[in-house]
Amino acid sequence: MPNLTDLSLLEAASALRKGDVSSVELTEACLERIEALEPQLHAFLAQTPDLAISQAKAADQRLQEWRKKPEEPLPLTHGIPVAIKDILCLEGIPTTCGSRILEDFRPPYSATSVARLIDNGVVILGKTNTDEFAMGSSTENSAYGTTHNPWGLDRVPGGSSGGSAAAVAAHMCFAALGTDTGGSVRQPASFCGITGLKTSYGRVSRYGLIAYGSSLDTVGALTRSAADLLPLFIAMAGHDPLDSTCMPDPVPEINLDDGNLTGVRIGVPKEYFIEGIQDEVETAVRSAVNVFEELGAEIQEVSLPHTDLALPVYYLIAPAEASANLARYDAVRFGPRRKSEKLWDQYLRTRGELFGPEVKRRIMLGTYALSAGYYDAYYGQAQKVRTLIKDDFDTVFKDVDLIACPVAPTTAFRIGEHGDDPLAMYLEDVFTLPANLAGVPGMAFPVGFDRNDLPVGMQLNAPHLGEKALFQAVHAYQTQTDWHLRKPDL
Amino acid sequence: MTNSAFEPVIGLEVHAELLTQSKMFCGCAVVDSTIAEPNTSVCEICTGMPGTLPVINERAIEFAVRVALALHCTISETSVFARKNYFYPDLPKGYQISQFELPLAHDGWLAIETEAGEKRIRIRRVHLEEDTGKLFHRQGHSLVDFNRSGVPLLEIVSEPDLSSIEEAKIYTTALRSILRYLEVTTGDMEKGVIRFEANVSVRQAGSTELGIRTEIKNLNSFRAMTHALSYEVERQSNILKEGGEISQETLGWDEASSSTVSQRSKEEAHDYRYFPEPDLPPLHVEPTWVAQIQSELPELPLEKRRRFVAEYGLTAYAAGVLTTERSVGDYFEAAVESAPKVRSIKIANWLSSDLFGLLNQAGIDFQDNDVPPVDLARLVEMVEIGEVNATSAKTVLAEMVSSGKSPDDIVRSLGLSMIQDPEVIESIVRRVLDAHPRQVADYLDGNTGIFQWLFGQVMKEAEGRANPSAVRSALSAALE
Ligand SMILES: [Zn+2]
Repeated sequence: MPNLTDLSLLEAASALRKGDVSSVELTEACLERIEALEPQLHAFLAQTPDLAISQAKAADQRLQEWRKKPEEPLPLTHGIPVAIKDILCLEGIPTTCGSRILEDFRPPYSATSVARLIDNGVVILGKTNTDEFAMGSSTENSAYGTTHNPWGLDRVPGGSSGGSAAAVAAHMCFAALGTDTGGSVRQPASFCGITGLKTSYGRVSRYGLIAYGSSLDTVGALTRSAADLLPLFIAMAGHDPLDSTCMPDPVPEINLDDGNLTGVRIGVPKEYFIEGIQDEVETAVRSAVNVFEELGAEIQEVSLPHTDLALPVYYLIAPAEASANLARYDAVRFGPRRKSEKLWDQYLRTRGELFGPEVKRRIMLGTYALSAGYYDAYYGQAQKVRTLIKDDFDTVFKDVDLIACPVAPTTAFRIGEHGDDPLAMYLEDVFTLPANLAGVPGMAFPVGFDRNDLPVGMQLNAPHLGEKALFQAVHAYQTQTDWHLRKPDL
Repeated sequence: MTNSAFEPVIGLEVHAELLTQSKMFCGCAVVDSTIAEPNTSVCEICTGMPGTLPVINERAIEFAVRVALALHCTISETSVFARKNYFYPDLPKGYQISQFELPLAHDGWLAIETEAGEKRIRIRRVHLEEDTGKLFHRQGHSLVDFNRSGVPLLEIVSEPDLSSIEEAKIYTTALRSILRYLEVTTGDMEKGVIRFEANVSVRQAGSTELGIRTEIKNLNSFRAMTHALSYEVERQSNILKEGGEISQETLGWDEASSSTVSQRSKEEAHDYRYFPEPDLPPLHVEPTWVAQIQSELPELPLEKRRRFVAEYGLTAYAAGVLTTERSVGDYFEAAVESAPKVRSIKIANWLSSDLFGLLNQAGIDFQDNDVPPVDLARLVEMVEIGEVNATSAKTVLAEMVSSGKSPDDIVRSLGLSMIQDPEVIESIVRRVLDAHPRQVADYLDGNTGIFQWLFGQVMKEAEGRANPSAVRSALSAALE
């Protein structure tokens, strides 16, 4: 048997069923690997070994019973060690959002997505690093230090779900949950050479996802392949009475046996191959498109004419929503308090000292965009353009089943490279933002490496609630290629 | 000093806490926050914990639609919740979920009866929002109770159609009465369940232009509202009379000093940065559901008052007294129905003066009244057909209120039934005439004025229980 942490999630699930390995053994293997690599990577904000071992023991007990009645259904996630982005609440465990303002905040509830994974038998290893309140593309905005990319320790892992991506890429866990508001699952998946799903808006409950941009926030997952990702999606997706924006539509059964893409129409939007895109990214993406063609897909060029407006629209809508979402951090009910004689001073000191600069920048931006006299010109106008961007997708999806494009213009950049230039950092998300604005799902997956041996990612987008097509296409690609099987030397 | 040259222009916002089982956006029970232990009906949602989301309480929508229909509003098929942003420790999310651009209902009216006749006060909008928590200040620090946080609050905004303080009072009283008729709120003013905000301006009498207005917040009782309005109208009139200018500002009503106090000027006005609540999809209200609620609306106070006048011949005043509360009108009609031979107007009198008086004296709320309508009707019937006289009947009613026994039982046990038997009456008359030969002689000498005195003596002898008209005819016959 190979190193346990090198098993795929599905291989591990199968070994658990056969009794070749126990959940405790898998968990211990992951904990050991975390202990060994964490000093270099800093993927975690909190580790939960005690919780993990107790969950693993319970999972083993259930497995023992199950083996007596193997006809009973048992989720593939059962007994599998995973990590959770520190934006998602886990009852009783510190959930900081990478921010000082939530230092030692222990929510008395779990996010629905997390609770559903727990119900499906997962073992939780810890909470992973993130840009503060998911605002960023590199984890450099975390108040607790940057995560390093397993493929190049001087590189960022992407963000904001950078801790989750690094942990999965470094085989510290079999899967991790992330959140994606403007690319925060797909871009780190791309930078770390793994597979990441941004679900459709409304497909997975947002309850317990600490809000950044409420109309854009989605829960996603990161694994080493589409096949590994499917059991997590199945466990999490579906209506939740606690989230009024979560769709009541049933989650379809998804079968990955058939690797044939005959008749699948894939559109390649011309607006995504812009000046400034790294050559190797374009080359890798175009050759991946050829693989899809070889698999039977019909490729055609399409146009999403309002793509260039996605960035300004996103940076009005997300900060506007954030400015309200982050108003609750007033030190009245939770979080550290900077005491002052006067109430207003207490607000100013607490928020002034405990929010990081990027968070403050976005709160200011959003507050401005919603202000009397500016609302129509900024927030109101942004909402109108958002509709145009959504219409672009609706129009294109009349002609094609999937859209194929790069995830980010470049491979992982160096830590500190965009230090003083927020706009350059914002441009990292230029290819991922439109899917959030349109509410459609997207899956990022590795399609090559650049000259520095850094992974190149590509994404497919599908119509709203069309995750099934993403799984089938990416799985078909991954049966033909082995980019997703590469492992960084650590 | 008189300011009769100026007339006030008043618009009112009425906020009413709805009597739903659970809060507006979470499952917490709505409790009486004036008596419940602080922070005992709270959860992660109504305390604004990170990651939590609101879910609309459909019952609150139903209540709001009921009110909006009663106020002749147009119900929006699609309305939108919005975030109203401001910082305050009793507002846990840092924003209040309210409605702004697309309210649940708009453009209605409420008819009020003024001395000059009926007047329609236009309703601009009716919308739903969540209440805030409550702050308590103790020895240099403040405590927050979130029991009230998230309780559904209905906001009813009138156009500035009220042109006197009296009209404002009639309007708010009528509105409270409607809210109670619709059973959507307790209307308990003492507990701050209904609160007001007013916008006030004054103008030259007869002018149609609107003056610069001020807004007055935290008016938590009818008294506070009328006092604040009087104060503010007087203040503005004085400023204008002296050639001054009103400054547009937000005022608070300070009960202690009985004056309005400036809170913030126009320049300092809050920018609430309203925007659509992304956590709640637009609210769709099915027209069929609205139609159903419409069909289930009860008769409202004004219609009922007019019907009582027309159907039962009551005075407008009496009808008003009987229709302010739905339960009183229902009681009256149940009593009337149970005693078809009795004049309704008599039942109305006994109910509104005698029964109300006794309940009031005893400190009993009308809804806790132990006298069933059928018993009140029976008592009035006994008076009407002469089984008991009016004086005795009052004693009987007092006993009914305190014991809950039927009037027949009480009349029997107290021996108050009226003496009707002509032979008994004749014998009393004879006894009285025999005892007063001098007065009888006087009468026969032509001093007919003495008749009344003799009548009184007979009634006295009968302990007040003799049928007066029978006594009268027996006395006349005996003196012939
Ligand atoms: Zn609650």
